[in-house]
Amino acid sequence: MLGQLIVSGLAVGACYSLLALAMVIIYKTSDVLNFAQGEMAMVSTFIAFTLMESYHVPFQWAVILTFLFAILLGAFFELVFLRQAKEPTVLGLIIITLGFEMILMGFAGWKWGPDQRSLEFPISNIQTYNFFGLVMSKINFWTIVISLVLMLILFLFFRYTKVGIAMRATQQNQLAARVMGIRTKWILSFTWAISSMVGAVAGMLIAALGVLDPTMMMDPLLKGFASAVLGGMTSLPGTAVGGAMLGIIENLFGGYVSLAFKSIVAFAVIVLMLCIRPSGLLAKHYVKKV
Amino acid sequence: MDIKRSYYEDIELFKSSTILVWSILFLVFLGILPWLVKTYHLLGMSIYVVNLITINALVAIGLNILVGYTGQISMGHAGFFAIGAFTTVIFIVNWSFPLYIALPIAGFISSAFGFILGLPALRLKGPYLAIATLGFGMTITTIIKHMEFFGGRMGLQAPKLYLFGTPMKDIHYYYVIMIIAVLMVIGALKLIKTRVGRAFIAIRDSDIAAEAMGVNLTYYKTLSFAVSAFYTGIAGGLYAFILGFINPEGFTMIMSISFLAMVVVGGLGSVMGSVAGAALLTYLDIKLQVVQDIPAIGPALVAFSQKYMSIAGISNIAVIVYGLIMILIILFEPLGIFGFWIRTKRYWKTWPF
Repeated sequence: MLGQLIVSGLAVGACYSLLALAMVIIYKTSDVLNFAQGEMAMVSTFIAFTLMESYHVPFQWAVILTFLFAILLGAFFELVFLRQAKEPTVLGLIIITLGFEMILMGFAGWKWGPDQRSLEFPISNIQTYNFFGLVMSKINFWTIVISLVLMLILFLFFRYTKVGIAMRATQQNQLAARVMGIRTKWILSFTWAISSMVGAVAGMLIAALGVLDPTMMMDPLLKGFASAVLGGMTSLPGTAVGGAMLGIIENLFGGYVSLAFKSIVAFAVIVLMLCIRPSGLLAKHYVKKV
Repeated sequence: MDIKRSYYEDIELFKSSTILVWSILFLVFLGILPWLVKTYHLLGMSIYVVNLITINALVAIGLNILVGYTGQISMGHAGFFAIGAFTTVIFIVNWSFPLYIALPIAGFISSAFGFILGLPALRLKGPYLAIATLGFGMTITTIIKHMEFFGGRMGLQAPKLYLFGTPMKDIHYYYVIMIIAVLMVIGALKLIKTRVGRAFIAIRDSDIAAEAMGVNLTYYKTLSFAVSAFYTGIAGGLYAFILGFINPEGFTMIMSISFLAMVVVGGLGSVMGSVAGAALLTYLDIKLQVVQDIPAIGPALVAFSQKYMSIAGISNIAVIVYGLIMILIILFEPLGIFGFWIRTKRYWKTWPF
């Protein structure tokens, strides 16, 4: 029982950690919390669904086209909305992302209606793998694998490539980065594009595990935030750790204490973490000068 | 813009006799508003919409005290709204309190929760505070949904109230809500000019400097959360009555976001701004739910929806317009509607230049 809870917690935590990954990428470069992350992922997933259902595009091509769409969506948002804001405050940036979230949610609700659909996925939900007596469905296993692989790729990208280092420089001090010759505007658009793509992957996996309807991402968004906070908002490996821990803690709580109040765990985790160690488990603590 | 010559001039409510006259005229207008709305169908509104605007304005003022004057962020005010609504109804139904006692008690219980939320807020800034308050709002909804005491998933039905023996209709509710709202608005305006209000503004501008000047951050930050929650709780209690039926699913994150939008669109740090923002956004929300009724654009939108998009989700246009307004206001007029007003006034006053 305990092992089963842990294993399914890991699987669901992998989805949260993908969302958290997308959020942390944006926070690492633009210093803004992207509240629209869930909705961007949801719209991308709906595009994949429409491609597969209405136009009968095979799965691989639908995935690639969806990634293209997600990249364009992320870059569009950054170009049109965030760049126009003159000297925005923290609240202003949050409101802009919230506004974009509402636009996307309204758009998805308008175009596809409130009914629930299900996304076809080549990896099945029902067949399971069996490790040492613990059952894990195929899709859960591959979710964990995909999220770990993505995180590894992005981690290496940030640390060892020129573009990755440029992205980190842009977050630390945008003006200095420009002086050093980094094209900050291009870097920002690129960041949003990548983050949107990761979000699209997360959205498709979450939709494959559950249902696909316009409000499907609201709960995972909060859990994604919790994972990001738990692991550290500026640390990429932290998202995997945070997501896994959140998934496990949530499942253990649900299994042993009370199933109905499972969602509260995310909030309690956030508050505890922010009070005890505000920068998260794996991130360095930056102290700002007054 | 004018020089104040004494402390009394700085803190008085009506800065000149002109403003006093306009305020009295406005109060008279509010008094006859129900009659105007009924007879002339002003802008297609009904008393229900006016009540809803007043309640949202109360929440917006409360949230403005927190966000505009103290500089914190809260995305969980739907939680306080729900606490106010459910507490009022339970006090009246289960324990037979009259409305004018149940409502303040609900306000105080809500402000106790505000105080509790304020405690972690002492350590959190900016985006982290937004996440924490968001989680709080969703937690409250989840807890209410699962406790049978609050009616579980089905929610509670607001009882019918009696005013001197006759059952209350929309108009009676209007006067009750308006009197409470006017009192609380005057309270908010006065609060800003007292020591407490100045402490809030100091915390917004620079909390480390404020602490160095002797403002007790712990006390004033939690007080700000508590006051804001008080306003929202009372508004929630009134909301239960004009809606008639409260249900935990109705207090979503979207509601919190729309409260925040009302404050930002109206103007941070201005009571009049939050009233204007609440009025505009509530009106748009109500009118756009039935977008097919707009004379010119309505049928065109319906036809467009039938060809390219689903027809069932057409009320989502309201959400799209909401989001668009939020973004446009931040991009082009960060001070909101109040900013427009100030710029117009300044342009008018300095016209030849």
